[in-house]
Amino acid sequence: MLKRVALILAPWFVIVGLWYGLAYSGLINEALIPTPHAVATRFWELLTQARLPLDIWMSTQRVFLGVTLGITLAVPVGFVLGWYKQIRSFIDPLINFFRALPPIALIPLVVVYFGIGEFAKVVILFYASFFAGVIVMYEGIAQISPIYVRVARTLGATDSEIFRKVIIPLTVPHMLTALRVALGVAWATLVASELIAAQQGLGALIQNASSFFQLDIIYVGIICIGFIALAMDLSIRAFTRRLVSWQDRIA
Amino acid sequence: MKHPARISFQNVALEFSGDSGPVKVVDNVSYEIGNGEFVSVIGPSGCGKTTMMNMVAGFLQPTSGHVLIDGKPVKGPGPDRGVIFQEYGVFPWLTVHDNIDFGLTLSANKKSRTERHEICNRYMNLMGLSDFANAYPKMLSGGMRQRLAIARAYAVNPQFLLMDEPFGALDAQTRAHMQDLLLQVLQTEGKTVMLITHSVEEAVYMSSRIVVMTARPTRIREIIEVPFPYPRDPSLHEDPLFGQLRSRVRSMVMREYAAQARQTHEATD
Repeated sequence: MLKRVALILAPWFVIVGLWYGLAYSGLINEALIPTPHAVATRFWELLTQARLPLDIWMSTQRVFLGVTLGITLAVPVGFVLGWYKQIRSFIDPLINFFRALPPIALIPLVVVYFGIGEFAKVVILFYASFFAGVIVMYEGIAQISPIYVRVARTLGATDSEIFRKVIIPLTVPHMLTALRVALGVAWATLVASELIAAQQGLGALIQNASSFFQLDIIYVGIICIGFIALAMDLSIRAFTRRLVSWQDRIA
Repeated sequence: MKHPARISFQNVALEFSGDSGPVKVVDNVSYEIGNGEFVSVIGPSGCGKTTMMNMVAGFLQPTSGHVLIDGKPVKGPGPDRGVIFQEYGVFPWLTVHDNIDFGLTLSANKKSRTERHEICNRYMNLMGLSDFANAYPKMLSGGMRQRLAIARAYAVNPQFLLMDEPFGALDAQTRAHMQDLLLQVLQTEGKTVMLITHSVEEAVYMSSRIVVMTARPTRIREIIEVPFPYPRDPSLHEDPLFGQLRSRVRSMVMREYAAQARQTHEATD
């Protein structure tokens, strides 16, 4: 157990060590690399005295809302595309066209059509998580072996029984994977969405800090995004392990 | 054959649509399977044996002719015909117990809670799965998964068992053990059985009759009565008569394999 903890922590210590090494090596102007302890101090300052809790709350809320909406739509759409091969063959290029567009490129249009309020930011995150989720979902559904449906039919199952008792249980693991991927993409898109004149949020924190060349605050913002995304991913994985423990391999 | 026929093929032909027009897979096949018979269908791989089983199971309709169950044409799959697949098809998201219980919860075979409990326990016992009631299939060996698939099929009390190379993916020892287990279960709870296999040994050991099929498009080459009485036990494998019959069936099947190889050769030339 102790060994496991040590193994998990080791790479983090290595990164912090390299960071110190670089900061003190004199290779780079020291104004460009704040030391880890300076960033930690600034983090504590922002957390206790200033805006950081509100920024975290606003960002988490936007990601949560965007992903919830995106996945809510991605699950049925991905399911239909995965299950009906004929539909997939002509919808697939369309999905890939939109998926390939970086959400950041859509920001000017989103501003024109949805303004610069909360709604516009959620639209960007929704877009990013929908396309990420829908692909994972339909690739997963398309790989479900038809044998389970055949077996259920030979046991006398009706169409609705097959849907409830065979297709839904087979879909759940793919839903959870889609959710994980969508959350990852949504956090990655967050800064972009908060470029739209946001006052609060981790993206806005980073934006503002860059205007004043406050590198330590930029680092605080980046590290916060990383850790929150990591925490969310770990909790979904823990949930997945409980819910679909029957799977051979947990994604 | 004991009358009346339970499963009958009447001039059955089946074509699939291929890239260059229709491909005939089954060509004018007629035979009958009587009540309680164990009929093996054997022939070269890819000749259309599975297609014949799929027509009885209700997954495919013949292009011409009729496939009848108790005199009525097969409309679709149903719980009167239990199907066992080579790739098991056990539900990975359900425990051993819940896999067996699955069919019993369906509206087609609605059973009370106590009946379900009894049936599940009976077949877990019969198939040696009681210690694994709460295990998921990922923890089971291939042989155990196939035992589970058989238990699940038996639970809804089908009159027919249709098996498509059920032991084909198992190692030789497990396979022999499964053959004996199945024969034992059939002794206590008889079914009318159609077994698709490419193992001559298996066909001779288990069946009361063997239908030898030709290369594609498949026709009946010969129907062979297997004279050994049930219950059979493994010593039968050493019986000289068993050996003779096995050689006879094997040489027939080998000739069809050769014919099939020639066809494929001509097709690729």
